[in-house]
Amino acid sequence: MTEAQTQIPVTVLTGYLGSGKTTLLNRILSENHGKRYAVIVNEFGEIGIDNDLIVESDEEIYEMNNGCVCCTVRGDLIRVVEGLMRRPGRFDAIVVETTGLADPVPVAQTFFMDEDVRSKTKLDAVVALVDAKHLPLRLKDSREAEDQIAFADVVVLNKTDLVNEDELRQVEAAIRAINPSARIHRTTRAGVALDQVLDRGAFDLKRVLADDPHFLDAHDHDHDHDHECGPDCGHDHHHHDHDHHHHDHDHHDHGAVSPIHDVTVQSVSLRGGEMDSKKFFPWIEKITQMEGPNILRLKGIIAIKDDPDRYVIQGVHMIIEGDHQRAWKDDEKHESRLVFIGRELDAERLKRSFEACQAA
Amino acid sequence: MPTVAPLDLDGHCIAAAFLDNIPFFALAEGMVHWLDHGQKSIKLHDGLLSATTNAGNDQLITGGEDGKVMSLSSSGTAEELASAGKKWVTSVASGPQGAVAYASGRNAWVRFADGKTKEFAHPRSVEGIAFSPKGMRIGVARYNGATLHFPAADGTPTELQWDGAHTGITFSPDGAFLVTTMQENALHGWKLVDAKHMRMTGYPAKVKSLSWSAKGKWLASSGAPAAIVWPFTGKDGPMGKAPLELGTRGNTMVTTVCCHPSEDIVAIGYDDGMVMAVRFADAKEVLLRRPGKGAITAMAWDKDERRLAFGSAAGDCGVIDIAG
Repeated sequence: MTEAQTQIPVTVLTGYLGSGKTTLLNRILSENHGKRYAVIVNEFGEIGIDNDLIVESDEEIYEMNNGCVCCTVRGDLIRVVEGLMRRPGRFDAIVVETTGLADPVPVAQTFFMDEDVRSKTKLDAVVALVDAKHLPLRLKDSREAEDQIAFADVVVLNKTDLVNEDELRQVEAAIRAINPSARIHRTTRAGVALDQVLDRGAFDLKRVLADDPHFLDAHDHDHDHDHECGPDCGHDHHHHDHDHHHHDHDHHDHGAVSPIHDVTVQSVSLRGGEMDSKKFFPWIEKITQMEGPNILRLKGIIAIKDDPDRYVIQGVHMIIEGDHQRAWKDDEKHESRLVFIGRELDAERLKRSFEACQAA
Repeated sequence: MPTVAPLDLDGHCIAAAFLDNIPFFALAEGMVHWLDHGQKSIKLHDGLLSATTNAGNDQLITGGEDGKVMSLSSSGTAEELASAGKKWVTSVASGPQGAVAYASGRNAWVRFADGKTKEFAHPRSVEGIAFSPKGMRIGVARYNGATLHFPAADGTPTELQWDGAHTGITFSPDGAFLVTTMQENALHGWKLVDAKHMRMTGYPAKVKSLSWSAKGKWLASSGAPAAIVWPFTGKDGPMGKAPLELGTRGNTMVTTVCCHPSEDIVAIGYDDGMVMAVRFADAKEVLLRRPGKGAITAMAWDKDERRLAFGSAAGDCGVIDIAG
């Protein structure tokens, strides 16, 4: 498509009130990074910058009238993005700030489900700001805080100066347990380098997971620590993958293991050899059709038998996208890795059926 | 042979109109240009989002990103009618007796000719707004249906329910039917006397342009490779009847439709910038303009029924003289 050239990247910023979203937005709007951002906010609120590219919009979640419960979009975003895109050339990218209680899923789905929005923009990444001090409380009292982390590509763990190292590790372990594939950045005053949150290409199949040799490795680590020792071993994120029981663990136990982790979100990480394309594709299709409402995100690198290319796949609920990414390097193991983040996932069944797709 | 007088402007054309028979073009950046013994222009908004003409066809009513509602007369005089603060004014409508309606966020307002306004708050965003042709009544398109208000009287609004997001709204010229465009690729309608539903589906894309034919006998729509024209001649509207499919093209979509003021003919604008006129009776097509730089986004007939003004997403606008 010719539009692909001019698709404007969109970053979605989630996080509770007080997590530092406004501080980060102010930095995006005021720092000298050579790019212009249009920012869609729920309330002008504390953004102290007068800029005609800040648009206030009422969050409107619209269910599509097609009988699918997870087909929700943000109606106001469709309208605002369409309006902004009628005056191109004023900005290079769009940032959408959501309210603290917002569900990130309809925001993301808008960029896949609405044809007009999809033809002009592309979702770049979902960034969750987390307040290190208050996250444990948030996880106890709200499902949204959990959803925001589960759905994020990048988690900015902010206000780390308000907690001690033990608490910080504990919070980081909780984040990892909810979302094994997100990049985590520890910061104070939302002081993350902007190139770590903007222009990430997290939904771009050519870029997603491309530079992430340790995709899902950290997960093994969390898995280990959850079972072995609890929250005080939160350091080694590049745990090597010698253990072969990494997908055996039962995530339903998380709440019991981590004292601050009252969560209902689980992740299921799967690892296997080369896949039979005639089995794998019907399988992933069927899983996302049947389990779609329970799947928040899925991401994976798949090795297809007799295919020289890495096949990358990513999805939101029932929407999945996949494409050949690049050739396998000579020293790379032809291995398939796939993570599901969601609720009420049957880890055993997923593992069994995934492994059944392996090429003979 | 039709002849085209091109007018190359810079930006997305939101509306084309004839005010006192002078062609006007309103652009998304906020500039309005018109051709009255030479090209004239005015900066009406910082960002123009919505536009319509008044009943007398001598004023353009616009809403902007600057939160303002403006009017522009055929002589080029601008007046601020209202301000909704810093929020976008996403839709405007003009009504009887000089009344104007506008929407921003979840609120709609009616401004009467004497400058008094009345506000209507809704639980969800106002996606579209229109006046009924009869009496002082407005219709608001919203999530899960439409709401009818009577701005001149105090009373409870009439709620019309239909699941899904309704994004635009129009009354039939006789006031008997209300039709909305939806986030889905469909139209929905209500027969107002008994609130009977009308589902108009089968579009491959969202419907963004609607136009009633002379006397409201037909409703033309975009959203397909042809103009889809629904019959509204019977008392139940188009129910149980097939629409006409006019000006079908294999490789592009209809983006804008504009019915002729008196005859059963529709001007059809396409995604590639082509414009055709097609007669309902025999589907006969006349090419009015070859493809251009951008999708046709706006069209209007003049009152002599001889000229058609058009605008595009890329700014290549113009006036077509049908008789040549």
